[in-house]
Amino acid sequence: MIDPVQPPRRKNPLLRTRLPASPPRPRSRTSHGFTRAAAEGRFVLQRCEACGAFAYPAREACPACLSAGLSFVDAPRRGVLLAETTARVPSDVYFRERAPWRIGLVKMDCGPTMVAHLHADCVEGAPIVMSFQLDKSGQAVAFARPEEETPNMADDRQWREMTADPKFRRVLVTNGRSVIGQEAVAALKAAGAKTVFVGVAEPWRPFAGEQLLRGQQGIEVVTLDVSDEKSAADLAADIGGKVDILVNTTEYVRPGGLLDRRGTSIARDEIDQAYLGFINLAQAFGPAMRMRGADGVSSSAAWVNILSVHALANWPAFGAYSASQAACLSLSHCLRAELRPGGVKVMNLFTGPVDTEWFQTVPPPKVAPRAVAQAIVSALRGGLEEIYVGDVAEEIRQRLAANPKALERELDK
Amino acid sequence: MQSKNLLELAGAISSGAVRVVDLTFTLSPDFPVIVLPPEFGQAAPVRIQEISRYDGRGPAWYWNNVTFGEHTGTHFDAPIHWFTGKDLPNNSVDSMPAKDMIAPACVIDCSAGAAQDPDFLLTVPLVEAWEAKHGRIPERNWVLLRTDWSKKGWRDYSNLRDDGAHTPGPNPAVMKWLVEERGIIGFGTETIGTDAGQAGHFEPPYPAHHFLHGAGRYGLQCLCNLDQLPATGAVIVASPLKIQNGSGSPLRVIALVSAN
Repeated sequence: MIDPVQPPRRKNPLLRTRLPASPPRPRSRTSHGFTRAAAEGRFVLQRCEACGAFAYPAREACPACLSAGLSFVDAPRRGVLLAETTARVPSDVYFRERAPWRIGLVKMDCGPTMVAHLHADCVEGAPIVMSFQLDKSGQAVAFARPEEETPNMADDRQWREMTADPKFRRVLVTNGRSVIGQEAVAALKAAGAKTVFVGVAEPWRPFAGEQLLRGQQGIEVVTLDVSDEKSAADLAADIGGKVDILVNTTEYVRPGGLLDRRGTSIARDEIDQAYLGFINLAQAFGPAMRMRGADGVSSSAAWVNILSVHALANWPAFGAYSASQAACLSLSHCLRAELRPGGVKVMNLFTGPVDTEWFQTVPPPKVAPRAVAQAIVSALRGGLEEIYVGDVAEEIRQRLAANPKALERELDK
Repeated sequence: MQSKNLLELAGAISSGAVRVVDLTFTLSPDFPVIVLPPEFGQAAPVRIQEISRYDGRGPAWYWNNVTFGEHTGTHFDAPIHWFTGKDLPNNSVDSMPAKDMIAPACVIDCSAGAAQDPDFLLTVPLVEAWEAKHGRIPERNWVLLRTDWSKKGWRDYSNLRDDGAHTPGPNPAVMKWLVEERGIIGFGTETIGTDAGQAGHFEPPYPAHHFLHGAGRYGLQCLCNLDQLPATGAVIVASPLKIQNGSGSPLRVIALVSAN
């Protein structure tokens, strides 16, 4: 049994904040099959198309029959911990700073034996559940947890290195005027966030749900207009060093594509809010987050974007909006690379139409704002990178993978 | 007028015998803008983006790129802004006569009434009562409505509720009367528009815009420091940016006031 993680004390201002170190990065191209799965929270192994044997680590040929036909498929997660060891003085800087560090040898029920990071409650001879997690380098690593839930399970020290659990962390939700923003605040608070800062642009404008935010314990309403460079910089000057998780709930949805709109003013607003807003936030908050990636229990941990799944494939009915989302998706990959040295994860939640005002005339299925909020929390707890929320998002993903040209035609209706 | 009088004016400004009162709010990103239903086009708010600040982007100089809508901050409305003035000659900020940019002002103090009622309306009887005290409003004068609204915090300043903004302004009759019977050059307010917050429900809607611009007159809004002006005798300098075919512009509005 592990002790519950304690709320961090105030920092000793006489001590230097330790800079983040990264675990080893190199991987073969093939083993990024695991990275892809870990990003989505799936567990895959290579399986031989000829003889059906599972293989691990990533290989170019089947170790059983030498066939080259190995493909990554969803695999059973269960195994038994054969042996464990504790590295006390590792030579790698990242692990040395975090020693002692437990690893073990796991015999998977489906065949292969895997070296994995261990949850503290894993004991030799007992069944475990395996997952691939993204470590602080953003690379997939095998992680074994006990099969049964144990007390304070999510508080395990090694597990927290793989995740961005909001517990005791301070979160900035950038737009509290939207329903998604307000649901995110509630969900993060319920998940144990110490403080949720909520950005409100143009505070002179009243908005629905305002009373849910103001005067609430652990919720601080702050002035933030992401489209205004100075507003983002001013807020970062105040709280930039206290934002452990940033949830970008910027929401600017307008219907229309190119020919039925006149001029560029709506498109400009879309770009100002979504794309330039992203840049303003990144420039204001990114550097401190990257620097604080190893700052104790409440280290900076994650940046969450909520994107339309139509960032992946343009939906002409909301064509210009889709394009603004595609721009943000591209930018998120840049941010991921730039935050990586700090071990800060960049998570993208893809949603179909959400059940909000600007999708009023779009027929169901639509994603409930609360489902988006819950997905944010579970993504943080699981340390994921790509999350598809709701049926539409999942379906678009699958159809895009199957035939992008077909999807393009199908979205034109 | 002899040139020595002009030089006397310059000397009086320099010596302080003529006071210069700044009636302008700072043009800043957080200043409230007019709120229209979201399905309409929106005024872009003020945005200030640093080009360089004595740094790698420009080691010895500081400058910004600035963007804003024509109707943001303390701003000027030209006749072309409203449909009633769309076909008038010289109806835009670049074509309007430069001499219209300097004119005397009558300041009507309604601060007590506005403090009582956010929907306070200026009426003909109120102006007549003002005239009984200060004399008839001369032609080609600005009429400035003092409400002390500019002293409020932004939320009270815009005062938006679920049935729209509640801010003071003129009623339709007084606007028609000021334009047609008094021949004013324009009408100025401390609030976000020349019209009252609820003026969309008036007949005609937005009477200040309707009557002023229909007669080729001007509007000024988001003014401040009107409490530093005398009821009569101040001279307003209001020269908007010369935007091609512009419907208005943010501007610096100053008033010249005799110090004694």
